[in-house]
Amino acid sequence: MKETVSADALRLQTEIVRKRLVEVVYKAKAGHIGGGLSSLNVLTTLYFHVMNVDPAHPKMEDRDRFVMSKGHCVEALYSVLEARGFITPELLDTYGDFASVLAGHPTVEVPGIEVNSGALGHGLPIGVGMAIAAKMDKKDYKTYVLMGDGEQGEGSIYEAAMAGNQYKLDNLVAIIDRNGLQISDTTEHVMALEPIAGRWTAFGWDVQDIDGDDIREVIDAFDRIDYHNHKPHLIISRTTKGKGVSLMENILKWHHGVPTQAEYEQAIREIEQRIESLKK
Amino acid sequence: MEIKSVPCRKSFTDTLLELGKKDKNIIAVTTDARGSVTLTDFAKELPEQFVECGIAEQDAVGISAGLAACGKKTFVCGPACFYVARSLEQVKVDVAYSGNPVKILGVSGGVAYGALGATHHSLHDIAVLRTFPGMNVVLPCDARQTRRLVMELVDFPEAVYVRVGRNAVPDVYENDDFPFELGKANTLLEGNDLTVIGTGETVYHCYEAGKRLRKEGIKARVLDMHTLKPADTEAIIKAAKETGRIITVEEHSMFGGLGGIVAETVCRHCPVPVRILGIPDENAIHGKPLEIFHHYKLDSDGIYQTAIDFLK
Repeated sequence: MKETVSADALRLQTEIVRKRLVEVVYKAKAGHIGGGLSSLNVLTTLYFHVMNVDPAHPKMEDRDRFVMSKGHCVEALYSVLEARGFITPELLDTYGDFASVLAGHPTVEVPGIEVNSGALGHGLPIGVGMAIAAKMDKKDYKTYVLMGDGEQGEGSIYEAAMAGNQYKLDNLVAIIDRNGLQISDTTEHVMALEPIAGRWTAFGWDVQDIDGDDIREVIDAFDRIDYHNHKPHLIISRTTKGKGVSLMENILKWHHGVPTQAEYEQAIREIEQRIESLKK
Repeated sequence: MEIKSVPCRKSFTDTLLELGKKDKNIIAVTTDARGSVTLTDFAKELPEQFVECGIAEQDAVGISAGLAACGKKTFVCGPACFYVARSLEQVKVDVAYSGNPVKILGVSGGVAYGALGATHHSLHDIAVLRTFPGMNVVLPCDARQTRRLVMELVDFPEAVYVRVGRNAVPDVYENDDFPFELGKANTLLEGNDLTVIGTGETVYHCYEAGKRLRKEGIKARVLDMHTLKPADTEAIIKAAKETGRIITVEEHSMFGGLGGIVAETVCRHCPVPVRILGIPDENAIHGKPLEIFHHYKLDSDGIYQTAIDFLK
């Protein structure tokens, strides 16, 4: 069942998930918070506006498929899955506990997760396989793959980029969370990626380059996709690492930093203020 | 050494084509290897069930995982040396860890590429893959057994790695009346003087050596351990208890393969001497496969001599 919501409702939903993400990382004292925060607009737009999924039937036959290729940002995914009703708050509260079913990377043990991920560069080939399967079966479901920008260093992505073009997979949408930072430095200092749009266009993909911090742009980008144009789709979602928590924004250490109590309280205060104003 | 049959890879893909015509969910995936895998007929006759990935093993295994996750009975087929090295992480994560029941056909395994050298040899595959939870490992020994295996695999709910060679091999099973159950070794010769265990193409050589020993009054038990994971530990323990000595023969590193499986098993349950015939810790000598087999005592002569020496 597909949910369609307004941009304001989605903004509010994203802030609620953002608060939960910060709580989850703070409580577990572990996680990849920066890239989780930057991914949230895309994740909430997918789960609350774009994808045909049913939390009551996570394996529904013709559901849209989502692959979290940047699997290290799993806390963001868990928080969205909780908000959408796939997992309970009680289960999410076990994150970080010994023997919790919730690992530090996505696994199929968790309702709503399609494949185990966490080794970078794996999601797009899997997404290509899912999209080919849908075409073979003449089914209408779509496949969405969220990648990181540091992840773009993995060569397997470009093998899949070629295959997506070869098989004209217009039912496949890849998203790059382009926050510009990877674990040791800016992406451009570690291994330059630009011009990303030009590269992917040359691979034969239908590319949109958007401000991913603006949820209106994210919604519009997904709404604009022509699923019958014989081309696979890429959304380059330009974002801010640590988005929505001012002390974390665009600062490298928040790749996998854990907030102190004071930082945590400040972060929650900021988010709650936004939630209050969005509720008005 | 009389060869009446087709290569195991051809037996595999002929059977897959036959089954694929009746079941559109059977999908073959390859990496510019349709010739060497012998998938050319499949690609021609069932183009809608065939996925060519180009020379991109990582992509092929990932795509196969995606296909399997969407209900396709997926067989990804190509040279063993590449699938268990270049795309090993995809095999580990996308297939085994994720529980996607992809069937991986590694052709021209072991030293089948002969003088092409270590880039093309796969002498580590058993050792590595048997440590992956969720992965099964099977080395059929001839064309008939390969056909039976494919029939078992189509609806098998877990991931399986199958390694076959390149050239046609002599029949071990000369008609279709033989038992085949995954995880259950076949006894080719009964005997209590010692046990010789082979897997894949070495099984024929073990069988020949066993027959030669028998002529001299030595009753060797010969086992075809086609499934290495899950291995038939019951048959290994029984052999240890009843015959007291075991020789293992494999086209694989001496580390971590069939010899390792047998040694680990007898150490835990019934310690007896084990001699492991395989490729030592070196890059295999250059030569034709049978010359390489002979060099490392993996042929019937080498196995026979090892048995005689073992019994002294």
